[in-house]
Amino acid sequence: MTQQITATRRGFLATVSAGLGAFTLGFPIHEADAQLAATTPEINAWVVIKPDNTIVIRIARSEMGQGTLTGLAQLVAEELNADWSKVTTEYPTPGQNLARNRVWGDFSTGGSRGIRESNEYVRKGGAAARMMLVQAAAAAWNVPVAECRAVNSTVMHSATRRTATYGSLAAAAARLTPPTDVPLRDPKDWSIAGKPLPRLDTVDKTNGKQVYGIDLKMPGMLNAAIRDCPVFGGKVKSFNAAAAMARPGVKKVVRVGETAVAVVAEHWWQAHKALDALAIQWDEGPNAGVSSATIAAMLNEGLTAEAAFVGNSNGDAKDALAKSSRKVEATYGFPFQNHATMEPMNATAVWRPERCEVWCPTQNGEASLAAAAEAAGLRPQQCEVHKVHLGGGFGRRGWQDFVRQAVTIAKEMPGTPIKLLWSREEDMLHGRYHPVTACKLTAGLDAAGNLEALHIRISGQSIIAGIAPQMLQGGMDSRVFQGLAKGGNEFTFGYGVPHLLIDHAMRNPPVPPGFWRGVNLNQNAVYIECFIDELAHAAGKDALEFRRAMLRGAPKQLAVLNAVAEKGNWGKPAPAGHHRGLAAIMGYGSYVAACAEVSVSRAGELKVHKITAATDPGHAVNPQQIAAQIEGSFAYGLTALMHGEITIKGGRVEQENFDTYPIMRMDEMPAVESIVMPSGGFWGGVGEPTIAVAAPAVMNAIFRATGKRIRHLPLKQADLRHG
Amino acid sequence: MAKLNINGRVHDLKVDGDTPLLWALREAAGLTGTKYGCGVAQCGACTVHVDGAAVRSCATPVSSFTEAQKIVTIEGLAPNGNHPLQQAWVALDVPQCGYCQSGMLMAAAALLKDKPRPTEAEIRETVTNICRCGTYNRVVAGIQRASGQTGARG
Repeated sequence: MTQQITATRRGFLATVSAGLGAFTLGFPIHEADAQLAATTPEINAWVVIKPDNTIVIRIARSEMGQGTLTGLAQLVAEELNADWSKVTTEYPTPGQNLARNRVWGDFSTGGSRGIRESNEYVRKGGAAARMMLVQAAAAAWNVPVAECRAVNSTVMHSATRRTATYGSLAAAAARLTPPTDVPLRDPKDWSIAGKPLPRLDTVDKTNGKQVYGIDLKMPGMLNAAIRDCPVFGGKVKSFNAAAAMARPGVKKVVRVGETAVAVVAEHWWQAHKALDALAIQWDEGPNAGVSSATIAAMLNEGLTAEAAFVGNSNGDAKDALAKSSRKVEATYGFPFQNHATMEPMNATAVWRPERCEVWCPTQNGEASLAAAAEAAGLRPQQCEVHKVHLGGGFGRRGWQDFVRQAVTIAKEMPGTPIKLLWSREEDMLHGRYHPVTACKLTAGLDAAGNLEALHIRISGQSIIAGIAPQMLQGGMDSRVFQGLAKGGNEFTFGYGVPHLLIDHAMRNPPVPPGFWRGVNLNQNAVYIECFIDELAHAAGKDALEFRRAMLRGAPKQLAVLNAVAEKGNWGKPAPAGHHRGLAAIMGYGSYVAACAEVSVSRAGELKVHKITAATDPGHAVNPQQIAAQIEGSFAYGLTALMHGEITIKGGRVEQENFDTYPIMRMDEMPAVESIVMPSGGFWGGVGEPTIAVAAPAVMNAIFRATGKRIRHLPLKQADLRHG
Repeated sequence: MAKLNINGRVHDLKVDGDTPLLWALREAAGLTGTKYGCGVAQCGACTVHVDGAAVRSCATPVSSFTEAQKIVTIEGLAPNGNHPLQQAWVALDVPQCGYCQSGMLMAAAALLKDKPRPTEAEIRETVTNICRCGTYNRVVAGIQRASGQTGARG
């Protein structure tokens, strides 16, 4: 993909020429619409068909590696009866969505929602376009609509042996009134959706042509580097602007809000180096004394605190536990994690008194637009955001801090495009971290070794309290209970326990939390699935049978558990020195399970050989991409298990790069066997759910290998020597 | 100024001598296929070839290279992007977000030049680049396929 950007009277016009055609970035809205109307008949908001039969499918959600772009295109193309080889995609802009009354719905890309929450309206977009194309052909031929068929981008009338391509019908179809009754195909009849088709965006990712936010080039563009106060809640006290200005290539020094200073230079490296010359003095503020130890003490207090928000309960767990003759108790913990997307945060902005435009990799284009407008001091209608491919998201790019910064800097240099790029260090120190929690689990077993009563006390951070306290319900954050919730169709606790209490003592340390792939399902799956394993062991029962007995009310969770047990050879002899562990949970509307196979040397060296994974997402739009998501989620989840830990000292993050925040590499990656088993009737997510079962399955296998229960991540802290 | 032989052509690049090769490639030569990931030679997103060997370009200044050294970036790996590895990557849909893949491909290409038929263990030990999306198993399969060994989609 080559990118040319030319200055125009009105602003910037960016033409990105892709293999099959051209799409436009950077038009003012009305100009963009005029351009579209002139060259490319839009059948409806989702489908554009060019005279050469190229089909452009509009994708509102962001592509960040998870394959949503291809999956959503498959859903539209399926109903459109499109020739898949002619399909291309484009992102409508948030500004266009605003101007067109949100015709593309929600742009937000997180929570594994991309496909499951937009499948119906995008399929209707494809189906309506097909109906209009057929209607246009029928009208042109003066035959009944019912006698015409649409096949592979062509409308046919068998009786008269007439055919017309979608490209030739598009202009007429676009003038028709859209149908109101748009039936959708039964997924069992799918021929494009549901198939393991290759992604649409692979080739440019193998030859360096894929343009990410970091790669944008514009005439006259300058580059900015930034340093924000490393202590959370601290501010800039003073800095030496003159020293930075004296460095090669430096054009400007900009104070960004109360907490940061940026340097603008010809090249990014020059700006980055000049940051040191600023010799910024910080007012470290009220949190300078916060450390991992003070946070641990805060969480520890919450484990036994009287007051807590109840997320799930039945029976009388406290009473039953008080009377129980056999109690089992354990305390677990899950540390802060950073997203560490491979492409650090960045945004490019150009500000003028009447208009501001931003180009950025974002998981939420509409939130980027709102942030840009706010920072620009303009109305959203005067701003535009152009989404650029993301070099990873995992939840981090739902935040708009980098957009606000880029616009704030650009505002100081009207008319000059400014590309702000964070260094890796900045990215590590200013994450939106996976929340820190601890968990105390107390169980009562009856005489037969059945789980009679269970109290799960979670103590720790609430993401919602940190980012959107107005969304708390009476002070409670229900999202804390992901995977442990009572009912609902997203995060249901599957086990039947006669006396159950799951509650949360909210303790919020001054470290900014965020949604990190899998979110609260990660630690909750560790807590419940490792503890269930402990209980099975205490009861002298097989870990699979113990779970099965309690999953009678959760047949889909039982089905995925059974699938991994069978394929993972649970209960059968393992290779010498190999041991297995299980985990299963429901999250993001899907049912997932894993069977891990590990070995641990006597010296304590862990090798995860294989994970057999199963997911039932209801419908599988692209099974090979779901398999890729399962593998990828395991790499992310096992990185947290083995290495990942953000620690705090002096109110700031201690890890500044990959040398101190190690990421799993190829030599540690296990073989993954994926079982994609859609049972139909519901739509679950696929990007996140499976991440949650990787760590507990491995931890349970480690116990069988070593006799040691690991209750705190990461494993690098644990002594696994045995025997 | 730096005079560098990049992808078979000598470039006069207007950069300060302490500029890492990565930034000279990206900002002065306009070759943005090579990525910045860490700046400390940890992640491998910036991997290029220097006289055929894989080098992490983010941590070495341009002043340490001479015009005689042949630097190859992802853009110059193969004419038309048809290196056997690139073909295997497309056949197996290896990339997810794709950001690390230029570096992955350059590291893999250097490995195959050294060792045309590496074992799986050799691949996993030699290619130490970081991928946050977790494409590792498909990268292994891609290298095996490109080296004429079976590489099932993985």
